[in-house]
Amino acid sequence: MTYDAIIVGAGHNGLVTACYLSRAGMKVCVVEKNDWVGGAAVSRELFPGFTYSNCSYVSSLFRPEIMRDLELPRHGLQILPYEGGAVFTEGGGYLGMFRDHDSNRREFARHSAHDAEAYLRYSRDIMRFCRFIRPMLMRTPPDPSSFKPRDLAELVWLGRKMGEMSERQIAEMVRFWTMSIADFLDEYFENPVIKAYLAVSSIIGTALGPMSPGSAYVLLHHYMGDVDGNVGAWGFARGGMGAITQALARSLAASGGEVRAGCGVERILLQGGRAVGVALSNGDTLHGRRVISNMDVKRTFLKHVDEAALPTDFVKRVKAFKIRGSSGKLNIALDGEPVFPALPEAAPNLKGDLHFTDSIERMERAYDDWKSGQFSRDPFQDVMIPTMIDPTMAPPGKHFMSCFVQYAPPRIAGGEWSDADRDAFGQTCLDQIEKYAPGFKNMVLHVEVRTPRELEAEVGLTEGNIFQGELTFDQLLFNRPLPGYAQYRSPIRDLWICGSSTHPGGGVMGAPGRNAAAEVLREAKLPNTMRDAYAVL
Amino acid sequence: MPSCDAIIIGGGTNGLAAAARLAATGRRVMVLEACETTGGGTALAHTTRGIDRRVMAGMALARHGLSFHPALTTTLLGRDPLTVKRGATSGPDAQAYAALHAKLSGFARVLAPFRALTPPRLTTSGNEWTRLARLGLGIRALGRDDFREFLRMILINVADVAEDELIDDRLRGLLAFDATLGAWAGPRSPNTLILLLNHLAIGADILLPKGGMGQVAQVMAKAAQAAGVTLRCGQRVGRILVEGDRACGVELTTGETIAAPTVISAISPRTTLLTLVGPRHLDAGFYRRTLHIRSRGGAAKLHLTLKDLPDFGVDPKSRMVIAPSVDAVENAFNPVKYGEIPVRPVMEIILPSAHETTPHTLSAVVQFAPHAPRAGLDAARAAMLENTLSVLEAHAPGLRALISHAEMLMPQDIEARFGMVGGNWHHGELAVEQMLFLRPLREAAQYSTPLPGLYLASAGSHPGGGINGAAGWNAAGRVLAE
Repeated sequence: MTYDAIIVGAGHNGLVTACYLSRAGMKVCVVEKNDWVGGAAVSRELFPGFTYSNCSYVSSLFRPEIMRDLELPRHGLQILPYEGGAVFTEGGGYLGMFRDHDSNRREFARHSAHDAEAYLRYSRDIMRFCRFIRPMLMRTPPDPSSFKPRDLAELVWLGRKMGEMSERQIAEMVRFWTMSIADFLDEYFENPVIKAYLAVSSIIGTALGPMSPGSAYVLLHHYMGDVDGNVGAWGFARGGMGAITQALARSLAASGGEVRAGCGVERILLQGGRAVGVALSNGDTLHGRRVISNMDVKRTFLKHVDEAALPTDFVKRVKAFKIRGSSGKLNIALDGEPVFPALPEAAPNLKGDLHFTDSIERMERAYDDWKSGQFSRDPFQDVMIPTMIDPTMAPPGKHFMSCFVQYAPPRIAGGEWSDADRDAFGQTCLDQIEKYAPGFKNMVLHVEVRTPRELEAEVGLTEGNIFQGELTFDQLLFNRPLPGYAQYRSPIRDLWICGSSTHPGGGVMGAPGRNAAAEVLREAKLPNTMRDAYAVL
Repeated sequence: MPSCDAIIIGGGTNGLAAAARLAATGRRVMVLEACETTGGGTALAHTTRGIDRRVMAGMALARHGLSFHPALTTTLLGRDPLTVKRGATSGPDAQAYAALHAKLSGFARVLAPFRALTPPRLTTSGNEWTRLARLGLGIRALGRDDFREFLRMILINVADVAEDELIDDRLRGLLAFDATLGAWAGPRSPNTLILLLNHLAIGADILLPKGGMGQVAQVMAKAAQAAGVTLRCGQRVGRILVEGDRACGVELTTGETIAAPTVISAISPRTTLLTLVGPRHLDAGFYRRTLHIRSRGGAAKLHLTLKDLPDFGVDPKSRMVIAPSVDAVENAFNPVKYGEIPVRPVMEIILPSAHETTPHTLSAVVQFAPHAPRAGLDAARAAMLENTLSVLEAHAPGLRALISHAEMLMPQDIEARFGMVGGNWHHGELAVEQMLFLRPLREAAQYSTPLPGLYLASAGSHPGGGINGAAGWNAAGRVLAE
């Protein structure tokens, strides 16, 4: 039998594409090399009784339009917003974050009255930049070199969006998009801890430091999501990040789509210059009218497609695609609730993101280590204890802790990561936490340490890059993944790409998957049942 | 009270260019220079990529005696030196480098006309918009593939380009060095290739004027005077006089006042607005944004007086660059972010006495140097000098023994001597967020300021510095157009 579409990889974007195509009446099959679906959005029991969100760990970017289109809440998805957060300082103090606006303001004022005022101005400005960019997420980028009516119309649409802003707003936005977050924050704030807290989103997942130009855009990339319409907010998926992909898988099953887990794709089969199916690792062959790859561009075209079938310039560009791994991850099972003496008793701050990097300089120095091919000796960690809010993930009284760590290079000192390197990396991170939560290490029941090597081996993220490609302007918008191929197509007919390598990029967002599905349906001349993207929330 | 039609504050290349262009229309123009001689940054720079063609012709500089030595070749110092002239070089990358140079030069060619443009206001229509659109079409005319490449590369970091296109570390290092020369950024920072394109847009060749850089200042002063400009050196402006919300003249530090309906400041925009005008006459938001003009200098300048011509084992007439790899440049930048001194700085060396019969000297731009050293200025300067000399000694054994006098100018010294805020050559960092219609500030990008009668004409305005005169020439054009 021949499928209408074979999707390679059951990550969240692959599943989103599959769901939309299936709902439009196509016969789809998703093939996945692992025995489970989810890609980098998974919940796994790697220690008895504990559920780990062992790759991505929090949610905000996942598009609400997709949740509603695909009825994900009905299929079990629930997002629980953070209720706190804290930066611990070297001197034994802390900067707390609260869900309540007034508490937050008081806490900022405790550190700097000036900054508490400035934060209002800052939030308003960032929100304006978010409002401009959000409608672009769910649109196929135009090709600026094309004279096709559709591309021209899209460019005009963009121009009109710009025209809606005042000269001052345009100027501020252009500055923001090209600046470093360190410089940007200096224009608002004076307190180093507050600056360090706000700079966090500008480095997560990227091989840039807070002083690199362009890091302000990365911050925006992390702010443009929402939890239940609360723009910029982050939350936990109940039951771990796998809840998102499980809901997608159930939605897909409900519309008649098929998933084949446990058999990876060896090769994408071509015939007469078109993609016609896939050869699986178990020897089977699946035939399809089109193949849609959820893998990053490097993996898709350099590992699974015959290079001779591709234009040489294209291959050269794919090889030069910047996909630098910069992060690692620790997943920890804890025997009890860790105690951070800096915090007052019963403070809500543990119910959110915890950081130990109290200045931008320390973040930047951590990045300098990465540039020299080493993991950071004083790493930046984004620590969460999801079980503070979601008790389903660990046995009663016990906790799951997720530590996202920057920076960890894809190759260490020019060579492959060894197990010893990995353990040293894990130990560095645990030691840092122990400093702020004495006795923490004694509570540790199990630790899973993941370096870029493990991320690549298990999830298939090349070099362990969580965004399937750097988020710098040379790889954004119509340049993502490559100039001329930003519309989810490839040089081979009927071979499509739908992963985070494509516009608008990484994060558990689902937008690349939906945009790719829209393009496939458009070309197949099938009705598109997607609702319009929400203009403003 | 003496008066004239226009006062120019600052007798650097931009100030002189603006003065000459205005005087040529019959206006009475007076240039006020705080130092004893004109020339400003020409005393700091040791080469130029060429004076703006309009300034060269408009001021008849060639007729007044400005000429250049043949364009310098660049020699990359190291165990195995390599010479480069434009796109021509040898070694394993000879072909790849020629191709890359041709591609970047093509991009630079379509960007060059932007330098002569007054950046348009974003929301008003007018002639400049039409010109801008035409220049945009010029970029599209590169052809589909090159246009796509242009859009991909315009904000890319230079390290990626060097590593994607070349294999020879020496040439990669050169690219990284040239792009970040005078910038506060390492080669792995995004938005650095555009700085190299800007250098290429000014001129592909590195030039040394006959008679030294001082000759540029002298000839320009002579040409300006020939055009009728009054030059007054050693006259520091204390404040800009404002009457009825209009600039109406200046007051010197001596107390003397000079009236003029047009005041053109060819010194740092920050100093002009924050010190000479002051907050009283400026809108609070504008004042705050002026405070935010970033102006960190990352380069130090070394002057050595020598007993003999040092031996680097290569052509002494060339521009010698010590930047052995991309990482060498990046590592030289890293400590500067924290106010520290690089152990192995990268640098560009010129030996003026190889070209002229002058006493033996060595001039080097040394990168990177902190604009606010944590250890204090004196300790930082001493460390910077020592680290620089040990790199030099490694490339020219015996050099230390030849030194009869050494002077290291740190960014703070450069600020004190030349009035460049933060020691930044461009009177404000040349970075994408401070370019074109954002330079120095959105409200002042068309050379006029919110204070009627006051104009900005220094390198702090579009298109930036580099001993070139374009900003001053553009500013004068704006005054004339009004």
